[in-house]
Amino acid sequence: MHKDASPATGHGVGRCIIGFGLSLVLTVLAFWSVMGHVVPHDMIMPAVIFFGVAQLLVQLYYFMHLGLAPEQRENTVYLILTVTLIVIIVGLSLWVMHNADVNMMPRSMSVMDAVHRE
Amino acid sequence: MLHSTVQASHHDADHGHEKGAMAITGFWIYLMTDCLIFATLFATFGVLSHATAGGPTAGSLFDLNYVGLETLLLLLSSFTFGLAISGLSNEKKTSVIFWLFVTFLLGASFIWMEIHEFVHLIAENAGPDRSAFLSAYFGLVGTHGIHVTLGLLWLAVIIHQVLHFGLDATIQRRLACLSLFWHFLDLVWVCVFSIVYLGGVL
Repeated sequence: MHKDASPATGHGVGRCIIGFGLSLVLTVLAFWSVMGHVVPHDMIMPAVIFFGVAQLLVQLYYFMHLGLAPEQRENTVYLILTVTLIVIIVGLSLWVMHNADVNMMPRSMSVMDAVHRE
Repeated sequence: MLHSTVQASHHDADHGHEKGAMAITGFWIYLMTDCLIFATLFATFGVLSHATAGGPTAGSLFDLNYVGLETLLLLLSSFTFGLAISGLSNEKKTSVIFWLFVTFLLGASFIWMEIHEFVHLIAENAGPDRSAFLSAYFGLVGTHGIHVTLGLLWLAVIIHQVLHFGLDATIQRRLACLSLFWHFLDLVWVCVFSIVYLGGVL
């Protein structure tokens, strides 16, 4: 077997250090945007999600060696398909359950409906 | 004659290469199915995160400094695993063993902190039976913790194998799979601290 038989072997220490440095910075930024009391309140969650997604991409590229090179493409396609499934599962679950909560829980009954029920 | 032998050995090498790459791709597909397990747990947590049943909320339970330290331990362990794999190309057995051992210690510290946190929560009457929010929290974070624990077991086994069999092609392939698994757990943890902890205390 060649030394570079897998995308996860035979890579440099430098690449590792870059990945770690970027991840560390993004982690600190995410915690800082919540604990630092500097970011406006309605911007905190978007900031945390932005830094989180950025860190996922950094680690996929620098640690897990995912990319568009021919030998990596297959795994990247599987990841993209999985992410699509995840978006459908998580997004639709939250959407459906939120609507059920808003429309079907007793507290959303209007006062008139409640009076007529009694 | 010579030509055909060279071709044959080249073919063999190619075959071995393909087999190794296929094993990695197969393991990658397993990781993707594991992603879906975590996706459903995250969806459950997202739906139930405000269903506290009059019990404690995320804001009153979680200490972000503690979570930050856990995050640092896991990120460092991902880094040291990367260093262990970098040593692979130089056939440096001792350096591989050393970094795998450091990774094990960091991972074990992470699990120790997590168990400590869970015990603390349960002692404060904030166990998984307290509310739907806490059930979803323990389900999601606990599943990640079980994965890391199994990863530690796998690390111990692979350290033993490197010690006894050296760094042949089979061990290299196993190390590559475990490295993907370990980095994957750090990816899941990024989602956990972003959504469960940072999102929770807002």
